Amino acid sequence: MPKQPIADFTIERLSILAPSGQADESLMPDLSDSQLLQLYELLSYTRMADQRALDLQREGRLGTYPASLGQEAAQVGSGFALRSQDWIFPAFRELGVFLCHNYPLELIYRYWSGDERGQQSPEGCNIFPMSIAVGTHILHAAGAALAAKYRGDDLVAAAFLGDGGTSKGDFHEALNMAGVYKLPLVVICQNNQWAISVSRQAQTAAQTLAQKALSYGIHGLQVDGNDVLAVYQATHEAIERARAGEGASFIECETYRMADHTTADDAQRYRDPQEVEKWRQRDPLLRMRRFLDQQRLWSPGDQEQLELTLKERLNRAVRAAESAAPPGAEEMFRYTCHQLSSRQQEQLKECLDGST
Amino acid sequence: MAEITTREAINQALHEELERDEKIILLGEDVGLYEGSFKVSKGLYAAFGEQRVIDTPIAEAGIIGMACGAAMGGLRPIAEIMTVNFAIVAMDQIVNHVAKIHYMFGGQLQVPLVIRAPGGGGNQLGAQHSHSLEGLFMHFPGIRVVCPSFPADAKGLLKTAIRSADPVLFLEHEELYGVKGDVPDGELLIPLGVADIKRAGRDVTLIALSKMVYTCLEAAEQLAAEGIDAEVLDLRGLNPLDMAAVIESVGRTRRAITVEESWLTGGWGGEIAARIMETCFDVLDAPVLRVAAADVSAPYNKQLEQLAIPHAEDVVTRVKELF
Repeated sequence: MPKQPIADFTIERLSILAPSGQADESLMPDLSDSQLLQLYELLSYTRMADQRALDLQREGRLGTYPASLGQEAAQVGSGFALRSQDWIFPAFRELGVFLCHNYPLELIYRYWSGDERGQQSPEGCNIFPMSIAVGTHILHAAGAALAAKYRGDDLVAAAFLGDGGTSKGDFHEALNMAGVYKLPLVVICQNNQWAISVSRQAQTAAQTLAQKALSYGIHGLQVDGNDVLAVYQATHEAIERARAGEGASFIECETYRMADHTTADDAQRYRDPQEVEKWRQRDPLLRMRRFLDQQRLWSPGDQEQLELTLKERLNRAVRAAESAAPPGAEEMFRYTCHQLSSRQQEQLKECLDGST
Repeated sequence: MAEITTREAINQALHEELERDEKIILLGEDVGLYEGSFKVSKGLYAAFGEQRVIDTPIAEAGIIGMACGAAMGGLRPIAEIMTVNFAIVAMDQIVNHVAKIHYMFGGQLQVPLVIRAPGGGGNQLGAQHSHSLEGLFMHFPGIRVVCPSFPADAKGLLKTAIRSADPVLFLEHEELYGVKGDVPDGELLIPLGVADIKRAGRDVTLIALSKMVYTCLEAAEQLAAEGIDAEVLDLRGLNPLDMAAVIESVGRTRRAITVEESWLTGGWGGEIAARIMETCFDVLDAPVLRVAAADVSAPYNKQLEQLAIPHAEDVVTRVKELF
């Protein structure tokens, strides 16, 4: 009996936009000039809103905050491809995804200032609340995909996680379920190379994260995560596959966390500055800007105008977030169960009496 | 009214509810083709098909997490965990997600999920397959805990649980599946959090749920022969907890004993005892006592297992200490 290969797998990597701004014309996504401009505006909006959050945190006006710097293309590229009817299950570093779907920045700031009401998606915005717990929400997205498939709704569920999340059992159980039931699910991994202080190499011995999809019989692809066009195209194709009944996809967006894990971290303690510098050269925002320059779609005047507009938008969001009335004691009881026990009623009364 | 087993009563409830509402699905290990490890889902796969009665891979966190997501996505899933002991594998999904999502998201999302799980000892299934964990789950706000004893309770409580807007842990007892009782035909809804007096008495209140209700009824018969008239109060669940019924009963009998199948230390009996003393210490003629399992892992050996869990004789002995 011979020993012979019975299966053969390959992992592809998609890259469209070079750091120089040069795009591979043969792979260009079907996007209009105005959509290309929109992508750049969203990248800029994400970067500025992120920087403002860091500023607010330093001033004691926000709590611990996980910055998105360097990962804007992975977020905006995928967020832009997801349609308004799709259900999005974010982790906690997807600011760009939220902004793509018109989630009010004011609510995001409110959430990070410690007001859980900031997690309540406005009507028509199908972003489920952030999952601070790592990887557990991939299963919820799989369940939502199961519900959508069962009802015949034209939507996909999309879940986001980081490289660290791919080590969690829930991630693997979710991908397995997605394969077994051919779920309309897109799992997007922002592989930013670091799970707090644990490097990508220390996280898994696998050569790529994308290949983990193959174990579960679903589609897996690695993408240049700092290339907004490649991330868009990969996500768009995954959505189309799901809609065509071809099941789930796992997209590894290879990017880099330029900032600390959160404002409570100091990445200089465990990272080589040369590595950070290497990734700075691959900046996702500058890359898109160079592309637009080359396409003659953007001018310094446009840039100035955009920054002014965004600054004003950020100011409005901060003002609105900070003028919201703080939550009352009844907030923490109200949604525990649909009916409070007599003991909870007593406890609420004690809280209210104590606060007056 | 028909006399049927608990297994049949639960099966009826599932069948009727699946028929009533297309949003209801049943998922779990071996629930479909195999009709459940305890044959509780008999006939459901044939009647409702693989879209609604779903066999899953062996992945308890996956089952609960996916069911949680499906509930967030508008369905009303019933997830079966083969035994409640395996629910511990899914503890993070149950405690950190199923029980908290409604709160964390400001009421915007509901998780109308029922997690059915059999448990309990007496079948020589060993340390990892024999425990009762209702006391553990009672600790977590945000999830209902229901534990039926009689077949009619099983049917009526399960139907209510399935229609509840809150997530519910519905804990069945493996030794009760074959026990028969009268169950009204057709629609039967029993509200959650309403205790039931299974035997009225004047001298002492035995507070129990699930299989221990039968143990208490047996003890009450033995006590009656000795002139002690015991009341058996079936809590039927721990969240919501019907403390009003406990207080009312103890107010009449002036003596109380909690009887639970799980471990004494940290058990629900301690919570009830404390609340009786906080609420109506003055009416008590004796301290509140507790009967529970020995604080050991369930032995595989038949004699040792029986030694570790409470029996009617243990209850009788304890009751006599009050007089």
